[in-house]
Amino acid sequence: MTAVQGSEPAVSADAQSPWARIIYDVLIEAGIRQATYVPDAGHARLIDLLQANPEIRTIVLTTEEEGVAIAAGAWAGGQRAVLLMQSSGVGNCINMLSLIANCRMPFLTVVTMRGEFAEFNPWQVPMGRATEQALQMMGVQTIRIDRLDDLAALMASAATMAFESDQAVAVILSQRMLGRKQWVGK
Amino acid sequence: MSGSSMGLDRRLAVSALLRDRGNLLVVSGLGSPTYDTFAAGDHAANFYLWGAMGGAALMGLGLATAQPGRPVAVITGDGEQLMGLGGLATIAVSKPRNLSIVVLDNGSYGETGGQASHSGLGVDLGEVARATRFPVVIDVADAAGLETARTAIGSITTGPSFVRVRIGIGAKPRVLPARDGVWIKHRFRAHLGCSAS
Repeated sequence: MTAVQGSEPAVSADAQSPWARIIYDVLIEAGIRQATYVPDAGHARLIDLLQANPEIRTIVLTTEEEGVAIAAGAWAGGQRAVLLMQSSGVGNCINMLSLIANCRMPFLTVVTMRGEFAEFNPWQVPMGRATEQALQMMGVQTIRIDRLDDLAALMASAATMAFESDQAVAVILSQRMLGRKQWVGK
Repeated sequence: MSGSSMGLDRRLAVSALLRDRGNLLVVSGLGSPTYDTFAAGDHAANFYLWGAMGGAALMGLGLATAQPGRPVAVITGDGEQLMGLGGLATIAVSKPRNLSIVVLDNGSYGETGGQASHSGLGVDLGEVARATRFPVVIDVADAAGLETARTAIGSITTGPSFVRVRIGIGAKPRVLPARDGVWIKHRFRAHLGCSAS
């Protein structure tokens, strides 16, 4: 079979990032109203889906700990928030997570991993290696997703643990599941 | 109204800003701003922070987004706000009409020995807010300025507002509100009619 260059059907965004729609559906079902993020290629499709929903307020951050404080404020005001970030952003959140711990705030974050599988950038490795431990040290439970088949059930469980049991929960999307970095744009 | 040195008396300034507060929700930044807010009168609509340095304004953003029908004021210090300067950009682009960031600015770290802050060394926080395109920036140096700021803080349609209050240097008697975050959270949410989980 041969294909003429440029004539292939466009791969749909959902096919390229199948985890995004699954996470989106869980977040909607959980009643998330505020979604904060530092832009990340692994989260790009999910950010697009959230921004297309007028019920969701998306907030772009300059650094990830802002999203921790926003989540606390959202809950204080009666809304549910989610923070989307890459593993490198976890390190930025450490002290701000004391706000979550002290107030026993529900906290839900979805972390895309770098530095652990087929990584081409050594600068991603140290924080990638420390990501789960750093979260756990600050009292955030980590739920690692290695297989797409597990995502819907574990993501839904994380949302329940966070908002019904007042827990701080991080869903960790493994780099192997996400695949090698796809360069966005040209 | 005069302070201990140059600048307004911080306790009197905060009391003036919170006079007839109506349905205002308040987040106070760690250290003296939390004590000042409490000294002006404890209230279930006050969320006192004792840590999370750099996060007060962002907590205000999440709260203001969740409660668009009520004005939200963050009352914090120059040192606390300096730790989260990027947060001013996040607030500016998010455009919460009902949020005000009030910085009690004495140019120094009062809790730790009075070391000069970046504000005291020349950084103009009001200009930073203006550069991020806060639509309202108020520089308060006297009683008339406090009254202008009080009006802005009570608005849910004109923000986000940034209010820099020039206060004097010097410690005040310690007046300490509750430190238990869980209790503060439940009291605050109950005030808004939100249930405990």
